[in-house]
Amino acid sequence: MNELATRLAGRYGARDWHDQRKDLAAATVDVARIRDVMAWLRDEEGYRHLSFMTAIDNIERGVFTLAYALRNHGTGHGLIIHADVGRDDPKVDSIHLLWGQAWTYQREMKEWYGIDFPGSPRVDEEFVLEGWEGPPMMRRDFDSLAYSDATYAERPGRVTHDPAAHMRDRLFPEAAR
Amino acid sequence: MRREKQHAVPPAERATPDLDSGKYLVMWQGPQHPGITGNMSLRLVAEGDTVVDCETHVGYLHRGFEKLMERRLYMQNFPLVCRIAVPEPDFNEYCYAAALEELAGVVIPEKAVWLRTLSLEMIRLASFLMWIGGQAGAFGHGTIAQWSVTMRDYVLDLFEELTGGRIYHMYIIPGGVRGDVPAGFWKRVLATMDVVEKNLDDIELVMFHNAVFKARAEGLGYIPRDWVDQYGITGPNARAAGAGRDLRKDSGYLAYPRLSFEPLVGTESDAYGRARLRLGEMYQAIDLIRQIVDRTPANGPFREKLPNPLHWKIPAGETYVAAECTRGEYGFYVVSDGSDKPRRVAVRGPSYTHAVSVMERLVRGVNIADVAGLMVSLHTYPPEIER
Amino acid sequence: MSDKRLKPAPLANEGLPPEERGLFCDAAPREYEPARGAWENFLNWARSESLWLLGFGTGCGAIELRPLMTSRFDMYRYGIQPRPTPRQSSVFVIGGYASVKTLKRIVRSYEQMMGPKFVVALGSCTINGGMYWDSYNTIKRIDQYIPVDVYIAGCMPRPEALLAGFQELKRIIKAGDGEGQNEYARNFDWYKANQKKVIKDWNMPDYNW
Repeated sequence: MNELATRLAGRYGARDWHDQRKDLAAATVDVARIRDVMAWLRDEEGYRHLSFMTAIDNIERGVFTLAYALRNHGTGHGLIIHADVGRDDPKVDSIHLLWGQAWTYQREMKEWYGIDFPGSPRVDEEFVLEGWEGPPMMRRDFDSLAYSDATYAERPGRVTHDPAAHMRDRLFPEAAR
Repeated sequence: MRREKQHAVPPAERATPDLDSGKYLVMWQGPQHPGITGNMSLRLVAEGDTVVDCETHVGYLHRGFEKLMERRLYMQNFPLVCRIAVPEPDFNEYCYAAALEELAGVVIPEKAVWLRTLSLEMIRLASFLMWIGGQAGAFGHGTIAQWSVTMRDYVLDLFEELTGGRIYHMYIIPGGVRGDVPAGFWKRVLATMDVVEKNLDDIELVMFHNAVFKARAEGLGYIPRDWVDQYGITGPNARAAGAGRDLRKDSGYLAYPRLSFEPLVGTESDAYGRARLRLGEMYQAIDLIRQIVDRTPANGPFREKLPNPLHWKIPAGETYVAAECTRGEYGFYVVSDGSDKPRRVAVRGPSYTHAVSVMERLVRGVNIADVAGLMVSLHTYPPEIER
Repeated sequence: MSDKRLKPAPLANEGLPPEERGLFCDAAPREYEPARGAWENFLNWARSESLWLLGFGTGCGAIELRPLMTSRFDMYRYGIQPRPTPRQSSVFVIGGYASVKTLKRIVRSYEQMMGPKFVVALGSCTINGGMYWDSYNTIKRIDQYIPVDVYIAGCMPRPEALLAGFQELKRIIKAGDGEGQNEYARNFDWYKANQKKVIKDWNMPDYNW
């Protein structure tokens, strides 16, 4: 796989190649080249199966890190390609013409993170939420518990025990006083 | 009766019927519909009896798992993950546990490897038994469901004995499995497998030689071979089309490299061909369970001791663990950031592409009455689409 | 009971476009006074021994309805059978959690059912939100939105627990306490306000009859 790493770095400037397992590796490219990289991996390198596409909110660095997972059935090797895109007004080239299921993942990322894929079919349609008025909910600055407490009526009498506090009180009762 | 084979068309080019012409009827199949696998819906546009266009609508089961998992400790997540794919919870448990073990550098004991494999093969059999009842029922053949769901109940009895739960087992946890096999368990497993296998022979006789079933299922939902890579189709849907890929063989996880089996491959991926292949895989699951019963070590620990779950921090990293579930490639993508909660857990379910992209293509030209049968023949479960 | 001489104001039906308002019901549901004595007892006995479920698998709990319908646990011998349409059903089984999108369909299906109708809520998610208590998309108390007759606890309840729950429902109906439909009509404004607070995309009539 080092030859693939070298070719990927030479052609598309890929960096941070990491072998997670014998059959799984990851690399990072610039988001502007993501469509070329995907097409090249699919057509020239045999990574013809798109497993999934998703994003990770790295709010500390101010970016969304995309993760596109491909698999080469011939060699049994899997590759995850990362690309960083800024959290303000993220736009990424769409790869819906490369794989038939990519448009659904892009639609999901638009709803869940707010990452736009201009040109992707039906990307602005609601996917899993209906009438959602809040921010994209997978962003780390969206507090799910606060939203749930504010919106949905609760049945009184529900008690929550924090396991850490419970164990500390049981094992070290004198410290609690 | 062979229907015309359809060619793959990118989703951007969809049939756009003129809805003002009075020729078309827009109707919703689902979510309140007996012919829907789970809780999702199809917005069908029909011309007479034939469906011309379709949109899959999901989200009725969206609970926000991926967001909830980021709010809980690693160990607090394992009761949550099994509810993502409701009829096959153990694959979720396995993929999550294996991903954490890989990131944390934990090696599980030998006996746990075999018990995990047993759990996965038993749930595979139970899930297929439920599926075959649905496939026959979608064409009006009600007897099969009465038999096969009862057989599935016998397998769930074994699960109840082993894990304490019928549907949600929470048995495969990070570090190994939750408990050892009870006394006399292996004897009961073999007895149940004999009963189920005999019933599979009856099902094959009554269902697959039935003239109505053959007439309705042959030619329905034909998937050409080149769609498999174009749409990311995996599992029996792909194997029936001729793509002989099985992650149990290709990736070789758990005890599968030590079991002897060959992936079944078909030639025609229409509803009938897929049903035949899945029946074969049911027999294969029974055979694998018998091999596992033979070869599981009798002694040894079943669980590796882990750090205190309240303070367990996993070093930063990412991994993707995939297993071959009943429907295809099922995977968990876990990203850790060094804290005691996961940064991101993404679930890859096979129905994501089967029920949305592939379904919308296949349902064109199909009679309204056959839409339910087509959906069940793709074996889709909505909860893993919207998590 | 409302005074029959005064007709209540028609419903606003603001979720519908103006050209469709004439096509849908604009009257709020009304209460029905039960018959009295032996005749009502006979009717209640008949209703309790032919509980027809609506075929809507709203959540996880639907997975235990399949074993319940088939030969091992066999609910048919109790007079319970699934029906495909709300117009023919009398029991709505809420199988677990309800996302907001499903809640809209639950309300719509419940209002379309013919009375007398009963609701059986499965699982802890219907009682207090269950394990999705901090989710932005699941409700925490189903009885804020539709009236519930029986809760069956569990996650999920076994088929035997479901049968016990149905036995309890039969007991409730025979005792004359299966008044969910009347309760809905009596507190219609309160239920509707709760539903509209949560269901943002309201593009259906106020009363889906």
